[in-house]
Amino acid sequence: MSLDISFIGILIGSIMASSVPLILAASGELITERSGVLNLGVEGMMIIGAISGFALMVITDNLFIAIVGSMLSGVIISLIFGFLTQSLLTNHVATGLALTIFGIGLSAMLGKNFVGIPGKEFPILFSSLRESIPFFGPILFGHSIVLYFAFALPFLTNYFLKKTKLGLVVRAVGDSPVSASNQGINVILVRYCCILYGGAMCGLAGAYLSLIYTPQWIENMTAGRGWIALALVVFATWSPIKVLIGALIFGGITILQLHMQAIGFRIPVQFLSALPYLMTIIVLVVISRDSRKIKLNTPTSLGRIFYREK
Amino acid sequence: MIKIEKRNDVPMALYFFTPFIAIVLTILGGGIIFYILGFNPIEALKFYFITPISNLYGFSELLLKATPLCLIAIGLSFCFKSNNWNIGAEGQLTFGAIVGGGVALLFYNQEGFYILPLVIIAGAIGGMFFAIIPAILKTYFNTNEILVSLMLVYVSKLLLDYLVVGPWSNPEGFNFPETRQFSDSSRMPLLFEGLRIHAGIFLALGAVMLSWFILYKTYLGFQIKVSGLSLKTAKYAGFKGKTMILVVFMISGACAGLAGVGEITGPIGQLHRMISPDYGFTAIIVAFLGRLNPFGIIFASLVVALTYLGAETAQIFLQIPKYTGQVFQGMILFFLLASDYLLFFKVKILNLKKNELRH
Repeated sequence: MSLDISFIGILIGSIMASSVPLILAASGELITERSGVLNLGVEGMMIIGAISGFALMVITDNLFIAIVGSMLSGVIISLIFGFLTQSLLTNHVATGLALTIFGIGLSAMLGKNFVGIPGKEFPILFSSLRESIPFFGPILFGHSIVLYFAFALPFLTNYFLKKTKLGLVVRAVGDSPVSASNQGINVILVRYCCILYGGAMCGLAGAYLSLIYTPQWIENMTAGRGWIALALVVFATWSPIKVLIGALIFGGITILQLHMQAIGFRIPVQFLSALPYLMTIIVLVVISRDSRKIKLNTPTSLGRIFYREK
Repeated sequence: MIKIEKRNDVPMALYFFTPFIAIVLTILGGGIIFYILGFNPIEALKFYFITPISNLYGFSELLLKATPLCLIAIGLSFCFKSNNWNIGAEGQLTFGAIVGGGVALLFYNQEGFYILPLVIIAGAIGGMFFAIIPAILKTYFNTNEILVSLMLVYVSKLLLDYLVVGPWSNPEGFNFPETRQFSDSSRMPLLFEGLRIHAGIFLALGAVMLSWFILYKTYLGFQIKVSGLSLKTAKYAGFKGKTMILVVFMISGACAGLAGVGEITGPIGQLHRMISPDYGFTAIIVAFLGRLNPFGIIFASLVVALTYLGAETAQIFLQIPKYTGQVFQGMILFFLLASDYLLFFKVKILNLKKNELRH
């Protein structure tokens, strides 16, 4: 029995690890969307973060530079999106799609010489506690610092949006850009900042994959996680805490599916792999049916272009 | 001094001219990227855009790749024109190929003139069925069609993967993830000996003509355009929004399904995992580059098909990953969207001399 309990502990620990990139990317995108900007380029920004983090690790042999660099690269690539949608007033959906296609291509181009290079071990915290405490050890300890940050992020995001003045500004810009502008808020500047912040978090999410989760560079290694992160934001009806819950559910499905395959569960692998996508659709249907519920937190001006004659 | 003014109406000539600006800027941007990567930009661009179509075989390959892009983009133009964001054409293509391929496999050891038409119709129905899912969810449950159509892409690809390794895998195929070869009666007739270009191109051209007719000569086309310009106006005019959403998604799905069937009955000849190099996503760029206009889309599909071919040539001659095609495709869309700024705003360069006179 004790074996079972410790196994469940390890299972929960691995579910948490697999949900980290989703939490990071979705929390970043949540802020972007709350400011009224729909950036479909999450997948592209993540993959750019993944390759830049890995490449910087190989070149500098310094994990700190690699992590910071991946966030910076996310910022740089999201700046393209920001410039197009905010300064040149382009359509958010089309621009985001272009960003994803461009990002996947560019990452493969940049990553050409990094395929097959083994990654470096990323330091984990409290590794001794992980072994000594039976059930809670593998859940609470022995993770990378990025995981602890990711699990704190939804709470920080929630605090930021609900309790700080800046958070109020972001929400105002997303809900009613015209009134915000009348109040003297620079709508475009706020949106730029939110886009760049989203880029940084997506970059970090990518670096988590290539530096910590599966430490190596594989072409297209984000494998649709960016799109799931986007769906998660809607799934969570733009509430940061629900993003955390949603990410754990999706991480859970991913891990359970791996374990069920290992046990020899007689459902074809592909059906289990399809579960997260089908779940997203089902959840979208359930939450969207009640239009009042979804409107409660939905940024009113989401995806709309803001332009003011100077 | 530069002064920016909002235009009152969009000049039509400029509307169709900016895609060319985008293409030129993309080529320049590509040259810069090649230069940064340490290649001679002129030579690299030559390998990319000229070498692939410098002979008859290359030209046939260009048409071969442009065919599915054109078909899908034509379908997407119906959705995009009416403000429906179907971005799951890749999934509709895959599902169309699964249904069409399934029919082809039923007749794997038979010959007959009726087989190919059955396969094609099955493919179109498959794509249509798959596209109607996000449409129904959007109309009846208010669900975001972008996310649903996208999630279904992954579902259909996993289904295809399951079928080709599992129940549909070739019993004599040594466990390779592929089905039996289709019989000759399920294959698109080749147009020329020794070239891969096949009769599927007529499906694409037919779709172009038909879509032009529907969009510009029918009441449905009028509804689609009005809904795209203003949903409020459309409602005021009494258009049945729900039916129209279902119809545009069905058209779009059928086109993507046809593209899928064209691939498996054309160059591929069986089902396996890699039936499409993301044609469904790239066609979104084609639709925009072609300005959602049927004839513009023909031109755009040729340009974008060239980025696929160029990426393959560059991979052979310059050893750079073929994903560079996506860099070019992404850049085309970036530059196209950016140059749209010129449509809505007038950029005036004020005369500096007047200011100098004041000094």
